[in-house]
Amino acid sequence: MAIDQAMMGRRVSYSRAFAGLMMRDLYVLRREIGPFLVRVCMNPLLFLFVFTYIMPHMSGGAALNPTASMAASAGANFSTVLLPGLMAVAIMFSGIAAVALPLAQEFGVTREIDDRVMCPLPIEAVAIEKIVFSAVQSLIAAGIVFPLAYYVPSTPVAAHVTSWWFLAVVLVLASLLAGALGLTIGTAVNPKQIGLIFGVVLMPITFLGCVYYPWTALEHIHWLQLGVLVNPIVYMSEGLRASLTPALGHMNEAIILGMLVFFLVLLTWLGLKGFRRRVVG
Amino acid sequence: MSVLEAIVEVRGLRKVYAAKPPVVAVDGIDLSVKDGEIYGLLGPNGAGKTTTISIATTRAVATSGSVCIAGVDVLKHAALARRSIGVVPQYNTLDRSCTVEENIQFHCLYFGMSRAEARTRTAQLLDQFRLTDKAKAYPASLSGGLAQRLQIARAIAHRPRVLFLDEPSAGLDPQSRIAMWEAVRGLRDEGITVVLTTHYMEEADELCDRLSIIDHGKILIEDTPAALKARIGGEKMVDLKLASTATARDLIAKLQSVAGVTGVETTADGVRVLVKAEDGIIERVVTASAGFGVRDLATTEPTLETVFIKMTGRELRE
Repeated sequence: MAIDQAMMGRRVSYSRAFAGLMMRDLYVLRREIGPFLVRVCMNPLLFLFVFTYIMPHMSGGAALNPTASMAASAGANFSTVLLPGLMAVAIMFSGIAAVALPLAQEFGVTREIDDRVMCPLPIEAVAIEKIVFSAVQSLIAAGIVFPLAYYVPSTPVAAHVTSWWFLAVVLVLASLLAGALGLTIGTAVNPKQIGLIFGVVLMPITFLGCVYYPWTALEHIHWLQLGVLVNPIVYMSEGLRASLTPALGHMNEAIILGMLVFFLVLLTWLGLKGFRRRVVG
Repeated sequence: MSVLEAIVEVRGLRKVYAAKPPVVAVDGIDLSVKDGEIYGLLGPNGAGKTTTISIATTRAVATSGSVCIAGVDVLKHAALARRSIGVVPQYNTLDRSCTVEENIQFHCLYFGMSRAEARTRTAQLLDQFRLTDKAKAYPASLSGGLAQRLQIARAIAHRPRVLFLDEPSAGLDPQSRIAMWEAVRGLRDEGITVVLTTHYMEEADELCDRLSIIDHGKILIEDTPAALKARIGGEKMVDLKLASTATARDLIAKLQSVAGVTGVETTADGVRVLVKAEDGIIERVVTASAGFGVRDLATTEPTLETVFIKMTGRELRE
């Protein structure tokens, strides 16, 4: 009985602390909404502007467009390829910006995290909160990029949602995965070298993440088609492709979900381990 | 819990850092801090004070031993123990994205208070720590002393039983240090037990009800500051400044034969005489020094520094 009560008390205390952490993060995000929006919009806007507005207006622009013929044969265009891809990038970058970069700063300079882990809940829960809050930001980012990627291109985007459930599950899994990736990077990398992460990790996983081309289009470069399978971004963009622009051709849905879950579990585990190592001496 | 029971109980604490060769930071520390006292860990840098505090506040894992705070095993139930602990580390851990007021307010929410409770508690703490006019400022704009005060206010916002202060006066100017001491004494009046580390003798002497002198991860001695000072035999130091140190050697020989003098050594501008604190002793020292050109005389009560030097054979590194 007493133990039951103690357990109950503990659960209440944990959930209140967790809610407190979320509230603080939302509060700060609300106050810094301007920079957040700029950060989320800049990359997709420029990308869309160059590839789906400027290039189609150039004479012979189609020749500059790498997937034009492939997309055309599927009855779609590069704008359609980019819609899920840019959403995946926005989701992934939000995870990095919401978790990895602040963590690097906290481990390296401010040590604010040392106070946060004194909250009355398990240390892992503090890290989980970071993943969850990052996922919230990723979802907002995806929600912002969708209309941009839909309306900015000068050529129409062939988007069609067959299963809203599938879309919702993919969005949530991809967003959590991005947070877990941010946690892993933020805890694994020496704070002084966090800048290198952009060149060494983020650029390769973005460019080789089936963001700017569908995975099925890699069939003529077989080694690459197999090689990119270790990249979690592939499943984020393919998952969105399967749920938003299925006409283009995509990976099998069950495999996408399975791999998203696999990477989510793996990166969360690595991230939590790294977090504990970093904050507990 | 009975009144006599210790609120902080450390038993056989050891911490060995894996390195080649392994570094023993804490080497079998036993401590017992009574409810409501201000307890000091005094020692040079690298003595193991901060490691001890880190383990007691769930921030580091012990190699062996146990820590109990307010009846909770800290090493086994870290999350639960944190409710009874407030911590002010050596460095500034304030939330830079939130104002002074929000720093305290969110801390209250983390510890389960309602928004209304958090607001009331924040207002009260801002007032208590004289931070009200800085309520809307961001931590980056605070001076070292103000930031320190805010950290203390935040650390006690959830009404912990024990507050740990790690080197609270590091980097503070003398005025801020005195203000901080006042704040800490105020906490004792509220019934909060305070455990602090310091390498300032003056601070330990001024603030602590009891203290341990700690070096190389071990406690050398533990007692009240007064008792520690008394241990060096009720001695006093008499510093004599001489017009010329040329004759110091003769003076030392003469002083050594004076009743009540336990030791004489040279200093830069004269001699230092260790004497028993007894009636007439100063008179005898002065009489013996007649004709040696004594320009000035100063007597010093035994300090913790003398205790420390006697215990470790060296001075506190700063």
